[in-house]
Amino acid sequence: METYNLNYLRELEAESIYVIREVAAQFERPALLFSGGKDSIVLAHLSRKAFYPAKIPYPLIHIDTGHNFEDTLTFRDELVAELGVRLIVGKVQDSIDSGRVKEETGYNASRNMLQTVTLLDSLEEHKIDAAMGGARRDEEKASAKERFFSHRDEFGQWDPKNQRPELWNIFNGKKNPGEHFRVFPISNWTEMDVWQYIHMEKIKLPSLYFSHDRLCFKRDGSVLAFYDFMKLRETEIPEMMRIRFRTIGDITCTGAVFSEAMTLDEVILEVAASRQTERGTRADDKRSDSAMEDRKKEGYF
Amino acid sequence: MIDYNANELLRFTTAGSVDDGKSTLIGRLLYDSKSIFEDQLEHVKKSSIHKGLEYVDLSLLTDGLRAEREQSITIDVAYRYFTTPKRKFIIADTPGHIQYTRNMVTGASTSNLALILVDARNGVVEQTCRHSLIASLLKINHIVLCVNKMDLVDFSQEAYDKIVQDYRSFAAKLEVKDIHFLPMSALLGDNVVDRSKHMEWYEGPTLLYLLENIHIGSDNNHIDCRFPVQYVIRPQSDQHHDYRGYAGRIASGIYKPGDEVVVLPSGLTSRIKSIVTYEGEVEEAFAPMSVTINLEDDIDISRGDMIVRVHNQPKIGQDIDVIICWLNREPMNPRAKYLLMHTTKDARAIIKEVTYKIDINTLHRMEDDKDIRMNDIARVNLRVTNPLFYDSYSRNRNTGSLILIDEGTKETVAAGMII
Repeated sequence: METYNLNYLRELEAESIYVIREVAAQFERPALLFSGGKDSIVLAHLSRKAFYPAKIPYPLIHIDTGHNFEDTLTFRDELVAELGVRLIVGKVQDSIDSGRVKEETGYNASRNMLQTVTLLDSLEEHKIDAAMGGARRDEEKASAKERFFSHRDEFGQWDPKNQRPELWNIFNGKKNPGEHFRVFPISNWTEMDVWQYIHMEKIKLPSLYFSHDRLCFKRDGSVLAFYDFMKLRETEIPEMMRIRFRTIGDITCTGAVFSEAMTLDEVILEVAASRQTERGTRADDKRSDSAMEDRKKEGYF
Repeated sequence: MIDYNANELLRFTTAGSVDDGKSTLIGRLLYDSKSIFEDQLEHVKKSSIHKGLEYVDLSLLTDGLRAEREQSITIDVAYRYFTTPKRKFIIADTPGHIQYTRNMVTGASTSNLALILVDARNGVVEQTCRHSLIASLLKINHIVLCVNKMDLVDFSQEAYDKIVQDYRSFAAKLEVKDIHFLPMSALLGDNVVDRSKHMEWYEGPTLLYLLENIHIGSDNNHIDCRFPVQYVIRPQSDQHHDYRGYAGRIASGIYKPGDEVVVLPSGLTSRIKSIVTYEGEVEEAFAPMSVTINLEDDIDISRGDMIVRVHNQPKIGQDIDVIICWLNREPMNPRAKYLLMHTTKDARAIIKEVTYKIDINTLHRMEDDKDIRMNDIARVNLRVTNPLFYDSYSRNRNTGSLILIDEGTKETVAAGMII
């Protein structure tokens, strides 16, 4: 007898497409939060599959810290053109200029935390009622209990004690005025699943994910890319290093790893052999043990 | 280099009483299957030292939110992941004590298998029975009873055999077909991933071997064709001018182009013209695939409709008997209307009658106590505003399950399994 079994990547894909279609069906003004990282690239890819042959029926939102890697914006614009979707850009610089947030100063100054305000303002301006993101439950301990449909109150906040139970494949997206949802279609994927899926589907990625030579410096056990606006301590001397990035975010807090991996196959082998979590390279998570939990409560991705 | 087809997905839930060592077991599975990274382990080592422990407390690996780290308890379902060359695993880790029923029902609703832990010193206790009954109620096909802490009973075969005996006589009244037993020590790692050196008398598999090899292929229903329409795809481009595709996830059954189908509720019949995915048209589609179906005829179909086979149709009705588990702090209001979600369909419902409450420790029916509060399980009769297309939960998890939602707060208040 023929066996009717899906392999696990196809099963994860089917689940994610189901969640994405639920969002399009249940909400009036959904959007996809696009960071330029591999997870949101996979999310855009799944969205394209979910509605084929129609176009993706919602815009991409990119929160631009102004501190992007050069590749990210080019890649974003090419992808948007290819998908034929609308792009909404929320600029942290605008939030700074209008006095909504105050730029951090000092050595570890980062705009990563400021993004939250810009994001919530953008969602409100465009009346987005469901913002999809590429977060996964394997990333960090506060994420392990996250729902696919994560309810946010009228201040955009996440209350871990007041999340709706999620049973079977039934997703409750009902809400009262002013409330909205964050939705995480790839909740059940791990970092390795994402890489294997990228490989299986031959999804294009920014070159930052592959080994290249770059001017970097070391700080608190992380390797950071050097840019002119950064303030360095005396002991921090930028030099050329052969690196790649495991995650891509704001350049001030995205750590690099030493790597010779030039191809997807090599990257996957490296990830499989890696003994550090990918968020282990993120300076923003090192701030405190519950850094992610606190940021989520405020309305971070 | 990568063989995508080698791996299947197994979702399982874990249950145990407060100190049965569940977190340690999960920590052990993650650690021994090399799913733990250095920075995570480093963190746990530091925390163990900080707590004054003399060993690395693997249970700390599954510690979640700050709120529960402060109280050293688990307060909600948490999801964990690990992969071996054979399978990918999703663990729905549910806490053993407070709100146990609600959380275990949630965790069990998406699982194929339940790991139930007992402490070898205590044997089968009330909670063991309760967890097993919930697993049975949620139609989990496979139970693995892990007799843990064997090191504390000197790895005694006698102690183990007695527990197996006790559980077998209890499990006779469950509707679970496939039950496995194994003696282990999660703390020492015996029989979790590696074979125990202390229990030569045990000849069965280790836990990981069981998890990797239990046959789950027949857990999906491939007989009754049920396709709830989730979203209608209309490109409205020049290239696809008249295209109308019905997108959804196959709940059960196998669909092929050419199949004669009927659309509910209209009752209109047509044939499947094609089954479309981004990669192209497929020759057949089955649960749990997400696809888009095109029909030969132009029929008005919208979200909540269901495409089924002419000679195998679901039940259609507005009066429905359901076993519910109440999930919300606010007790059930017998006269209130609730929003209802079933497959891709929304409706409203009133609870016309509470038939009986179920004592989850004994399965005894309580016909004189009809107040439904959080964690209660009861049989009720629902009157729904629009007909639902459904099957019994025992036949079909996807078309036999529903949730009730409070109209005011919009919170999910109950999980329902159609009888």
